[in-house]
Amino acid sequence: MSAPTDKFGRPIVVVTGMGVVTSLGAGKTDNWTRLTAGESGIRTVTRFPVDGLRSTMAGTIDFVSVDPVTSTGLTEKLAKMATEEALEQAAIGGKADFPGPLFLAVAPVEVEWPQRLAIGRETGKTEFTYDDVLRISGGGKFTEFHHRFMFGSVASHLAETFGTKGSPISLSTACASGATAIQLGVESIRRGEADAALCVATDGSVNPEAMVRFSLLSALSTQNDPPQAASKPFSKNRDGFVMAEGAGAMVLESYQSAKARGAKILGVVAGCGELTDSFHRTRSSPDGKPIIGCMRKTLADAGLEPEQIDHINAHGTATPENDKMEYNTTAVVFGDHLPKIPVSSNKSMVGHTISAAGAVEAVFSLLTLEHQRIPPTINYEIPDPAILFDVVGNKARDARVTAVMSNSFGFGGQNASLILTREPA
Amino acid sequence: MTEPQPSPAKEVWITGIGIVSSLGEGLDAHWDAVNQKRINTEAQRYAPYIVHPLAPVSFDAQIPKKGDQRQMEAWQRIGTYAAGLALDSAGIKGNTEILGRTDMIVAAGGGERDLAVDLAIMNTDARGNSAPGFLNERLMNDLRPTLFLAQLSNLLAGNIAIVHGVCGTSRTFMGEEAASIDAARIALARIESGQSDIALVGAAHNGERSDLLVLYEFGDFNLTGEFAPVWARGGNSGFALGSAGCFLVLESREHAEARGAKPYARLAKVIADLANRKQPGAVTQSLQAMWPKLGVATDKASLITGATGVEPVTSEEKAFLAQHPGLAVRATGTIFGHTLETQFPLGLALAALSLSRGALFPPNDPTGLEVEMRGAPDQIVVMGAGHWQGEGMALVEAIK
Repeated sequence: MSAPTDKFGRPIVVVTGMGVVTSLGAGKTDNWTRLTAGESGIRTVTRFPVDGLRSTMAGTIDFVSVDPVTSTGLTEKLAKMATEEALEQAAIGGKADFPGPLFLAVAPVEVEWPQRLAIGRETGKTEFTYDDVLRISGGGKFTEFHHRFMFGSVASHLAETFGTKGSPISLSTACASGATAIQLGVESIRRGEADAALCVATDGSVNPEAMVRFSLLSALSTQNDPPQAASKPFSKNRDGFVMAEGAGAMVLESYQSAKARGAKILGVVAGCGELTDSFHRTRSSPDGKPIIGCMRKTLADAGLEPEQIDHINAHGTATPENDKMEYNTTAVVFGDHLPKIPVSSNKSMVGHTISAAGAVEAVFSLLTLEHQRIPPTINYEIPDPAILFDVVGNKARDARVTAVMSNSFGFGGQNASLILTREPA
Repeated sequence: MTEPQPSPAKEVWITGIGIVSSLGEGLDAHWDAVNQKRINTEAQRYAPYIVHPLAPVSFDAQIPKKGDQRQMEAWQRIGTYAAGLALDSAGIKGNTEILGRTDMIVAAGGGERDLAVDLAIMNTDARGNSAPGFLNERLMNDLRPTLFLAQLSNLLAGNIAIVHGVCGTSRTFMGEEAASIDAARIALARIESGQSDIALVGAAHNGERSDLLVLYEFGDFNLTGEFAPVWARGGNSGFALGSAGCFLVLESREHAEARGAKPYARLAKVIADLANRKQPGAVTQSLQAMWPKLGVATDKASLITGATGVEPVTSEEKAFLAQHPGLAVRATGTIFGHTLETQFPLGLALAALSLSRGALFPPNDPTGLEVEMRGAPDQIVVMGAGHWQGEGMALVEAIK
């Protein structure tokens, strides 16, 4: 076995279990097959009426149901599915006895419309105020609404189900949340607090208000027909992202403890980085410095030079601004080496899984390392001439991949990057 | 193969405190208020529910651009304001070199609603004349486009970055009371281990929201009728929501000394737990298990708790306190109301303030659970047990 620490003397953090659920299916096998076949999980929404919406498609997960129907309930179910798969692969701890902390990226929680309408009807009036609503809310009839719509509810249920240790952390860094969950796990292992950490990111929040909110910010694609062609990262005719649901889970361990228990090592989280952009609530600083700084911090954290990165799993949302900014900043960081780096966006097929994206794409990055095959960016018919990435367009590509950078950028100036590599030699 | 030797934990100082609440803003106003046992409640506006309303604040002082203020809802303005006070207090306001590498962990809820829009939709629905797609159309037409950004949990951190330029890293923890215990825990661990030099940690809460009253009314958590200190609520249990923002600047001692910063106190330990509350007594046991890990030197220490006043958790806290009869206890729930994510930072702030001023503020409790304390405290324990889950403790120490 090689040294258990990296060149900075910190414990090496490896991945020993992964799970994923997206609109393409449940589990790594199905997802990888469909992802590398260039299939889309985007479809016209049937879960609720789409009348009056500007965008009518999403990467909904329709093969999973929850009762009662809530986005938070679905979010929790997806997280459980991904976690079960990851734990089965890692074969760590006992049943409901995971030997480390939980870091959960999860969409902000709030009372949802079916429940809000239900309490309105409960007033028994046809004209009422919030005081009337308040008057009928107590007394135990809606206790479950309280538990369901607490921000900590998903994490505490997961902690109970999987027996994680200590206080579970629920976090949001918007569209970078999944990467942040992994980063928190890496940091705790590097500090020596834990030998293992469970990092999960989940989002089941395709509901009318969520779609309206992004739509009102002009963030969503409106190319509704056909829905599979809507998400067009790096294309000239891209017009926004497609909302989607999904979950990704990773069991992280110190290399030493993974080796000691004979676990199969799926890859290494070699570096993490983040840097805040203070320019605007939804737009990146025009000079791109925060994103450039984020990628450079991540390279430095991994102890790698830009030339050592041989694939970028892009944030690639297909919004006009993101893709242009991602190219411009990546070009600064990688310079002359950039043309040698194949770049792809999983969001062309699974859509933007928002809070889950960073972890879902980290799982796909590790599968890329495992299979030495890069999933395509589909719908890449009219390349944007201003984006000179070597885009893996439309068809998967076999390639020698040793180190992947996975980027995540979000509202609120959130930038986070990960570098994933194969098992230490 | 040689084991890496972990370097010894760095000492972490609290070098900045920012508070805005129902009692006013800033450290002097709060020190005076707690010493005068002043409490600010509002019993009429949401009667029969009681809240602790935000004292009048001129947001311009910390959020100079009106455009920024308009982009925020109240909870974000409160938090961004308190964060500015904390940076001022630490002497790093406007110091772009330090702020550019300051790590931020915000504990946030979110989701201030447009109540008029919600009510109109609910009323139409209750009248039974809503067509398919009715909800979509109303939301598309009636929601203010930027409201989403005022609701998103991570946009308090986003606004602090924009207004104050805190832009090292930005993480938002969610999960009610426990979120800020974990925020303090992770910030401390990162600085102790050298992963971070300086961090801004805190939270904000707007307690003057009908939609939040509804949310907590689902669980019968709201205090109604007569206000009473948290220990004196007896058969009338519940919390009175409070508005407050509280942020702390934490930094390694060496970083603080290098820039000549004066500390308020040392943050020595933060521990968090998730007790299984289906078991009666689990919270008492959890608190009891944390106690020996804190490093409290004497049973004559002080303890500031965020006790909510709701049951059964308040009784479980009392059972824990009964096992430590020498402690001088104070309750921020009596002083500020219940401020969810902000309660633990408020406890840390009052602890650091008391240590730096060489005295614990007086009790405010007719039941006698809170007792007078003479002399200067050396150590103050800060405790939190959430209204439905999540427990934690911190140890704050005087720097002599």
